[in-house]
Amino acid sequence: MPLLPPRDLPLLSLLALLSACTGGFSDPSRELGEPVSGPATGRVEIHRPPTMGVLDTPLEDVHGAPIGVACDTCHGPDADGEVLARAQDNPEGMHQGLEHRHGDLACDACHDPDDRRFLRRADGSRLEMPRAMELCAQCHGPQHRDYQRGSHGGMTGAWDLRRGDRVRNHCLDCHDAHAPAWSQLDPVFPPMDRGTVQQRTADSGSH
Amino acid sequence: MSDTSRRTVFKAMGATLGAGAFARAIAPIVEWTEDLSLDQLLQRHYKELGRDELQVVLRELERKTAEDYGTSVSIADPRPTPGVSFGYALNLTMCIGCRRCAEACHIENNHDRATDNSYIRVLEIDKGTVNLSRATADYDGPVPKADKYYMPVQCHQCDRPPCVNVCPVEATWKEADGIVVVDYDWCIGCRYCEAACPYHARRFNWTKPQIPAEEINPDQAYLSNRIRPQGVMEKCTFCLHRTRRGELPACLEACPTGSRVFGDLNDPASEIRWVLENKRVFVLKEDLGTLPRFFYFFDE
Repeated sequence: MPLLPPRDLPLLSLLALLSACTGGFSDPSRELGEPVSGPATGRVEIHRPPTMGVLDTPLEDVHGAPIGVACDTCHGPDADGEVLARAQDNPEGMHQGLEHRHGDLACDACHDPDDRRFLRRADGSRLEMPRAMELCAQCHGPQHRDYQRGSHGGMTGAWDLRRGDRVRNHCLDCHDAHAPAWSQLDPVFPPMDRGTVQQRTADSGSH
Repeated sequence: MSDTSRRTVFKAMGATLGAGAFARAIAPIVEWTEDLSLDQLLQRHYKELGRDELQVVLRELERKTAEDYGTSVSIADPRPTPGVSFGYALNLTMCIGCRRCAEACHIENNHDRATDNSYIRVLEIDKGTVNLSRATADYDGPVPKADKYYMPVQCHQCDRPPCVNVCPVEATWKEADGIVVVDYDWCIGCRYCEAACPYHARRFNWTKPQIPAEEINPDQAYLSNRIRPQGVMEKCTFCLHRTRRGELPACLEACPTGSRVFGDLNDPASEIRWVLENKRVFVLKEDLGTLPRFFYFFDE
């Protein structure tokens, strides 16, 4: 690199002084992005879990996933409008292996005893399966409130609904309705950064 | 023999040592052709680049990435949205320590594969304490353990950032939307910022990041997830290449428990504001006066 000629030195020192006075490089707010205005028109869609209205059987598909049977298969009405099966007709049957760890709730606390394709609210009114979230909300008020406020349940898509859509998880995406508490799982890999490695070394050295 | 005085010998030794030291000192310039072009060496600070200059730099970075990593990427420069001020909150009651957020960060931000690097470090802490000196980041599963709770720590985007104050070359600064960024091409790798950060949130690129071509996230930005050069600092940018487009950060989308809440602190109807106004909220190491934009909260 060529050496600076001496005549540039006063200019250079002036520049250095200026930059010291103004706090260095120019203001970051100098160039902002485009302002966003207008209504929040983004769609907020609640994901529909594939497990809803389906009972897993012991059979597995080619991927090893359990094959599900729709409630209708057994509990739907036949051609004459008669409901085919009731749980008490076959207590050793389909629901035998169902893991049930949801408090002390009986089947009828949530499922309509007269038509198993539907749910039943605490006040006895019938509720369609896709509206299951309303059923959960009867008992889990704080969680439902947090969900409505966006601080429970997780989401994907846009934080800014003026610029995009959002997909919210359904209760049943994360919780099994019949055993809703989370079980333990294995975490993914830990970081191998130097902080961790040093910590490991220190740990092994002290033992 | 008598011609060679003691003085001459010392002169010769001194000259040799001096020449050697000079060669060593200018070695980086002589060897720059390996990884650094002249244009890059003379490139100006991000904030001083005009629009056209910046486009030249971005295209050159794209070309270099394609050459080095064998895949085509797009490097943009999204700017802060006027009026938007980002905030992030994390629910400690819900977090189970599964590290899915750290994994999503690893993938989204083109981290070095060999080190499993991530901007998020999940701490496993004894219940009933906030004793970070006894916390571990390399715990094994299964999680959550009954006597532990989990605290993911990443850059808090402090409003009074100690890391920015200590940078001797102004390679890191706070943007209008609150995000603290690094100009990787201006950073000299002194690691003062890493030492200054009370949250251990900054990372150093000890080696040139190695990532298989098919795993590289091609959606990149100059100030965030473009592949960093060796010898520079890096940090969480709240995924500004996503969030400045209105999208959620990658770690939030990956969280299977919904523990994370992100949004605009200036919007009174936002989810983050509801959390801050209605939950029990605290910031880590509040006594240091760093004014984080990353909050922790509890359920009832």
